[in-house]
Amino acid sequence: MATGVVARRLYRFPGGVHPEGHKSVSTATPIAEMPLLPRYVVPLRQHIGEPASPVVQPGDRVLRGQLIGRPEGYVSVGVHAPTSGRVLAVEMRPVPHPSGLMDLCVVIEADGEDRAVEPTPLDWHRMDASALRNRLREMGLAGLGGAVFPSFIKLNPGAKRQIPILILNGAECEPWITCDDMLMRERASEILMGAQVMRHMLCAEEVLVGIEDNKPEALACMAEAAAGSDVEVVAVPTVYPGGGGKQLTYTLTGRVTPSKGLTTDVGVQVFNVGTAYSLYRAVHLGEPLVSRVVTVTGHVGSPRSLEVRLGSPIAEVIGAAGGALPGATGEVIGGPMMGFDLHDASAPVTKAVNCILVKNAEHFPPKPPPLPCIRCGECARACPAELQPYELYWYARHRDFGKTQSYSLFDCIECGCCSYVCPSHIPLVDFYRFAKSEIWAREREKQAADLARERHEFRSYRLAREKQEKAERLAKKASERLESGAVANDDPEAARKKAILAAAIERAKQARAAVQPKNVDDLPADKQREIDAIEARRQQHASAAQTSDT
Amino acid sequence: MPGSPHITAQHTSVRSVMLKVLAALIPGILVHAWFFGPGIWVSLLVCTVFAYVFETLALAMRNLPLKPFLTDGSVLVTAWLLALSLPTLAPWWLYAVGMLFAVLVAKHLYGGLGQNLFNPAMVGYAALIVSFPAYMTQWPAPMDLAGHTPDLLESIDLVFAGQGAVSPDAYTAATPLDTLRTLVRAGGDAAAVMQEPVFGHLGARGQEMVALMYLLGGLLLLTHRVISWHIPVAFLGAVALTATGLHLLDASRHAGPLFHLVAGGTMLGAFFILTDPVSASATPRGKLIYAGLAGFLTVIIRAFGGYPDGVAFAVLLMNMAVPFIDAHTQPRVFGQAGKDRERP
Repeated sequence: MATGVVARRLYRFPGGVHPEGHKSVSTATPIAEMPLLPRYVVPLRQHIGEPASPVVQPGDRVLRGQLIGRPEGYVSVGVHAPTSGRVLAVEMRPVPHPSGLMDLCVVIEADGEDRAVEPTPLDWHRMDASALRNRLREMGLAGLGGAVFPSFIKLNPGAKRQIPILILNGAECEPWITCDDMLMRERASEILMGAQVMRHMLCAEEVLVGIEDNKPEALACMAEAAAGSDVEVVAVPTVYPGGGGKQLTYTLTGRVTPSKGLTTDVGVQVFNVGTAYSLYRAVHLGEPLVSRVVTVTGHVGSPRSLEVRLGSPIAEVIGAAGGALPGATGEVIGGPMMGFDLHDASAPVTKAVNCILVKNAEHFPPKPPPLPCIRCGECARACPAELQPYELYWYARHRDFGKTQSYSLFDCIECGCCSYVCPSHIPLVDFYRFAKSEIWAREREKQAADLARERHEFRSYRLAREKQEKAERLAKKASERLESGAVANDDPEAARKKAILAAAIERAKQARAAVQPKNVDDLPADKQREIDAIEARRQQHASAAQTSDT
Repeated sequence: MPGSPHITAQHTSVRSVMLKVLAALIPGILVHAWFFGPGIWVSLLVCTVFAYVFETLALAMRNLPLKPFLTDGSVLVTAWLLALSLPTLAPWWLYAVGMLFAVLVAKHLYGGLGQNLFNPAMVGYAALIVSFPAYMTQWPAPMDLAGHTPDLLESIDLVFAGQGAVSPDAYTAATPLDTLRTLVRAGGDAAAVMQEPVFGHLGARGQEMVALMYLLGGLLLLTHRVISWHIPVAFLGAVALTATGLHLLDASRHAGPLFHLVAGGTMLGAFFILTDPVSASATPRGKLIYAGLAGFLTVIIRAFGGYPDGVAFAVLLMNMAVPFIDAHTQPRVFGQAGKDRERP
């Protein structure tokens, strides 16, 4: 093991699998910067939470790092122009998302000069904590491990919450992906400078860097950069999904994150090493988040990691890595275990895109047709959440969603271990995703139904009350009349009935009057003229008929 | 379009699981042929043929694709397990009836692969021992004790053409379990009875070596992670404990633990039958309860029941309890406190 790597008591989280790594494919060449592109498509939703709202209009001139999307609501961060140029449009464009839906994007035509806004390094030591977080929110910092949760929220230690341990996540447990590996090899001290800021903001006492032991070069570089400080660089065993936040926390500290909680509940905050690096750039260099490192690997000419401006079309990024080779069968965004199929290669790189994996038939053969579950229990042994995936599958398949919840469906992190080991090749995770979305949909329906019922009940109550009030009023009037002797024989009940009848007749009249032939509303002028002409002819005929009759 | 993950582990399939189970049975089969003659090949073949006949028929009637289900290997495992549980050299229709119950009733009437509540081979065995008890006790004697051991051609003749001129007495004998039962009920002392040659070194001449080979095959399945340790350990432990308890209570009527471990279907049951994942409990604690109770029942049925061996009935009884056991032995989910766990 590399010198400086700290030996530490480690804990083995349950389950996990050992898929083939394919990491060395893309680590032979250093990180290269993508050449400037003529056009960028920058989605306004690149993070978890509310999308940013555009603050530019077509025709506007922008500089690199200029805010083009303002954070909207609390869980949101800013979006910035990746280069200088002119805004062409603010419109719906394909984005990298499993759904294949479009999203609002700012399209920027580069002017080739790549002029930046004046960088504003932050005086993080002396700045007010809340002001610093606000700056990071504006600068667009979000977790670059794939979840893209706004970093400023995670950097808030809270009023009472103690977060003594900061973990830098360099595990990178997904096969094929190497962007964190390369970043740690090449920019270790910058990562640690970012971590210093995180530690300061969280008031953390300890900083641990967890790196899977299949990355000896990254371990050595990080350990060298950490030499002389009290940052512990720890080699953790290579087990997928060892880079999951809860899993890495357990591996390094033995602390078990509660089922519905966060790692901060056990005093640990976890950040991806890439996020630490972007924080360094934001704080020390004053640059907002406009680029990230992306691994382009698989069936491409020269697999490698590239520093890519956010908004670069994925097809261009694949081109920069030698292009897809003949026989490519599609692209996965992210890793093979949790990534999703790309629908449209014109979609841009966002903060969430850590890897573009071009598939071929050799490494991604079509899945054999699924057979029935034989309850072998392989899935349960592989599940890092210690669930019983075969039971969840059984109930999800039979749409017994209540049972799926009592078997802790929502503890499933969709890591894919169960599907990976299933000898019947059942797409188990798809069933869990289906069950989850059905439950969410039902939850929404139920809320809507509850609301409707409440409204209906209130309406019934109001109508009954109005009826009663009216009856009382009429009774009062009748009795008044009775007292005055005007209508001696009228009893209040008859008067009430008469009034209701009169009202009903009146309503019916109004309804008849209100009914209009709907299909002749809003006709275009020529149609209307045509109809008028026909009506006029009809009138003529009618009057002619009348005259001939007489 | 199916979502993530986009890769699956190599060489995992239902077929490979089943083939491993079959491979692990081979040492036991070879030793069986060595001690009891080539009759085993005939019964294996007859069971296999009827297994595929009934499986094809059921799949065709259910409008299911033939290829994936005929090649998954599961029906072959059922056929071999039933053949190894039945006396060799029985008439062919006995195997046919057994396979009919195993494949059509126990497997396909319950919904086919993965859906059966009961172990198919054990359903076939139970149907036969209830319907044709006389045939089920005529086991070939070990070759060195038998007056005559039929060779392969004679075996085929016996299975297909009936007993013919050769008297079954010439080549069959009561099994050690049967002998012990009969003689002890007749007033004999267990220890004295077990001096007879049919009891061999450990408790069953010939059969004890077959049992050791099943143990070997079972250990191979364990090392290849086809089965987990829970079921064999709990089952064999419970058999040994219960037998020891009875032996200590009354040594004159009950044989010791070693005999119960090697006799009858104990080893086959421990590693190949109780471990059938479809009909077994699947939670770790559930497996211990399921197999432990099955071991206890096996010895109790052998000691006090109406049939010589108890493995099949113990397995079927515990199969029934599996949904209940599983529902109440759900492991704790990572990050969930023990008492917070909702009962499913």
